[in-house]
Amino acid sequence: MKQFGAFVKKEFFHILRDPRTVMLLLIMPVIQIILFGFALTNEVKNVNIAVFNSDLSIESRIITERLSAGESFQIKKYLHSHTEIPEVIEKGEVKLVIVFNKGFGSDLRHTGKASVNVIADASEPNLAQSALMYATNIIRASSQEFLKGGEVSSAPRVEPSLRLLYNPQLKSAYNFVPGVMGMILMLICAMMTSISIVREKETGTMELLLASPVKPFGIIIAKTIPYFVISVINIATILVLSIYLLNVPISGSLFWLLFISFLFVLVSLSVGMLISTLVDSQVAAMLISGMVFMMPVILLSGMIYPVENMPKILQVIAQIIPAKWFIAGARKLMIQGVDVVYALREIAVLTFMLILFFGLTIKNFKYRLD
Amino acid sequence: MAAEIIIAENLTKRFGTFTAVDNINFEVSKGEIFGFLGANGAGKTTAMRMLCGLLKPTSGRGAVAGFDISRESERVKANIGYMSQKFSLYEDLKVWENIRFFGGIYGLKPDEILSRSERLLNVLSMQEYAGSLVASLPLGWKQKLAFSLAIIHEPAVVFLDEPTGGVDPITRREFWELIYDASDRGITVFVTTHYMDEAEYCNRVSIMVDGRIDALDTPENLKARFGAQSMNEVFTMLARKAKRAD
Amino acid sequence: MYPVEVVGLNKSYGKVRALNGLNFSVNPGEIFGIIGPDGSGKSTLFRILTTLLLPDSGVALVDGFDTIKDYKKIRNRIGYMPGRFSLYKDLTVEENLKLFATVFNSDIKQNYYLIEPIYKQLEPFSGRRAGNLSGGMKQKLALSCALIHKPSVLFLDEPTTGVDPVSRKEFWEILSTLSKEGITIVVSTPYMDEASLCTRVALMLKGRILKSDTPADIVKSYTRELYSVKSKNISGLLKDLKRVPEVKSVFAFGEHLHLSLDPGTITLDKINEIIIKQGYRDVYINKIFPTIEDTYMLFSEEDFKNGR
Repeated sequence: MKQFGAFVKKEFFHILRDPRTVMLLLIMPVIQIILFGFALTNEVKNVNIAVFNSDLSIESRIITERLSAGESFQIKKYLHSHTEIPEVIEKGEVKLVIVFNKGFGSDLRHTGKASVNVIADASEPNLAQSALMYATNIIRASSQEFLKGGEVSSAPRVEPSLRLLYNPQLKSAYNFVPGVMGMILMLICAMMTSISIVREKETGTMELLLASPVKPFGIIIAKTIPYFVISVINIATILVLSIYLLNVPISGSLFWLLFISFLFVLVSLSVGMLISTLVDSQVAAMLISGMVFMMPVILLSGMIYPVENMPKILQVIAQIIPAKWFIAGARKLMIQGVDVVYALREIAVLTFMLILFFGLTIKNFKYRLD
Repeated sequence: MAAEIIIAENLTKRFGTFTAVDNINFEVSKGEIFGFLGANGAGKTTAMRMLCGLLKPTSGRGAVAGFDISRESERVKANIGYMSQKFSLYEDLKVWENIRFFGGIYGLKPDEILSRSERLLNVLSMQEYAGSLVASLPLGWKQKLAFSLAIIHEPAVVFLDEPTGGVDPITRREFWELIYDASDRGITVFVTTHYMDEAEYCNRVSIMVDGRIDALDTPENLKARFGAQSMNEVFTMLARKAKRAD
Repeated sequence: MYPVEVVGLNKSYGKVRALNGLNFSVNPGEIFGIIGPDGSGKSTLFRILTTLLLPDSGVALVDGFDTIKDYKKIRNRIGYMPGRFSLYKDLTVEENLKLFATVFNSDIKQNYYLIEPIYKQLEPFSGRRAGNLSGGMKQKLALSCALIHKPSVLFLDEPTTGVDPVSRKEFWEILSTLSKEGITIVVSTPYMDEASLCTRVALMLKGRILKSDTPADIVKSYTRELYSVKSKNISGLLKDLKRVPEVKSVFAFGEHLHLSLDPGTITLDKINEIIIKQGYRDVYINKIFPTIEDTYMLFSEEDFKNGR
């Protein structure tokens, strides 16, 4: 135990004597949260649109007004002919063109049915889709009102309306918070741990320790402790930032959210230890943790692209990424605020992975040099 | 070109308050084998780096092959060869690939590389091994090959930093025969070593203590001056005086 | 019981035979030198003895314990200083020493008397990071760390490589003090002149032991007559003497040449005559006793002739 304590102390010395790396590790989550929360957002805010209204009825004018009333859209231009439509989109002046054809108002009044053309620039598909959805909602909502107060007494129509659950304003920060957590924890626990263990192999200190009575496995466990501490700090940083800066509340149980986070930290640490038993150079450790564990975290874990939209094969691969399960679980517990029983599957998978990776580490661990 | 191929005048290098090289003066003439000795930490490496144009002197002046080491460092680099014990060849490349690479970086034309590599492999009796990975060669062979490559462009000066460390005794002597051949062709050889018998093979030897050059002469004169039987004794007498806690 | 005993030890890396049938034993309290150039298999041997590598075949015992079966017991009682500096560069001198004391379930005070002569020189720098020490100091720190638990056998792999002659001399003085404390020392070196400072040595080449004996007895096995030759133009003389058919070998040794002859093939006067005839003046020839280096070179020459 005295030995273990001495090694933990030594690990903290290593980390604290490299202040630039510590700062980087502590500041990184802050930067990530700010980046994903504000800059890389999919929210519809101040999107430029154009309106071509050849109808000039009250209804079409009210709808136009409604469109520009919120924060979502800004009417940049009123068009006067069809030929202008491709022009404004090609020039990139607007993302969306709303077209009211002649007779829109009277059609709506008399038949209860009318069509509005919405043309979108889909070169940024995510934005286009969200903007379309916003615009459609506004148009439908307004039309419904006209019908209620209208003269034509037609049977009430079932109007399909999209209601967005859990994240009614489609705030993207909600999605990014668990994603950023998954990425940062993977980076610190898996990458930094494996690099710091492999460094001892590279510099030859491992050779010296192996030739001593120290239990080498204890050395490795001691190496994980400071990264565990840094991870705890980072979890706290991310949660505090998301609550107070991004206004993303923790809807569910904080206890279970922390539980799944610590579970994921342990999984990541065991991934780091496993990598360190497989490679002998820091570069290799970095590449393996980077290529095999980090890249997929960003691409396949559902952090940016929903897993459901991926090709089948990638969906299968995504299942073996630990972060995918953490992110899914954290979303449920943090954003949906559901009871922990709904996240049991994720917790079970992560526990299984922890046992698997830790077992493989013990099996692969070498008590000699070859 | 002047006969003095290396000139150091009051050459000094400070790192903060620490004076690594303290006002050293010497000249080395064309074709000379100049032994540069000193205890660990006496300042040899720093002095050598300045002469190779890798470090700017804090004060003083130096010239190598007629070029100023602080103002014309690029031209200095083009006229010298360098070899050290630690890095010399790419272990994961084959022998001929190393030859082609080093010939290339020293600006030789492809046909020159071809003719010189043939001659070089001949001298080293390594024709059969042209296609072998450098990693598979014994250390002594690697060092002889590395030296031959350091002078493949016939530089004015070649700097050798502990070139024979760990090499077996026979190959170590063969290595020195290569040094003599290079010196006969007019290449100036500037060499550091921890083998004191090798100090005896040099035309002149300087001994650095605490950043200064405390002795500089032919091995014979040094031994006479200090009343010593061997260069080992001379070195021990001088280096024991060192105050710098290395 | 021998502190180290090796029987028929073999180890290969792929096609390369790193160790080829080694046999030797080390007596208690000896300084046993493993002498050989880089690549002769010294480090592989050390790693097998320190339980870090498994041999392909053969037996290696340390303090009577098997390096394969009883590796844990061996790890408790040996001290090891690998070939390259293997301490924590970002920890201070004192932190390194404390850590390694803890590693061996000891503390600095317990065996301080043993490291005192070495560590005293380091004490002014005890707060300095190990990475900022110079070569000689690093080596002393590494030795202190390997000694802190008073090991019964101390393994030093090339402790003096790249170290200047004065620091090397000091280091060997320390080793002789330690050996008087009863610690058995197994030390490797590529410097042939250090062989004479050992109790016994094994000369290694290409994974084999050419000869193992006391330094005095090793040079006795030199079978030729050896002369030192001195003249003004050494490099010219070297080339010319190589052409004399009776001369078995001629090598530069500092300011002299060492010339070897098979006994009874040619007289000294004849050699002298040949040299004078070629125009060399001020030639001094003396019959000399061979050094370990002469003997090593003779053995490796014979080894080469035997086509190995």
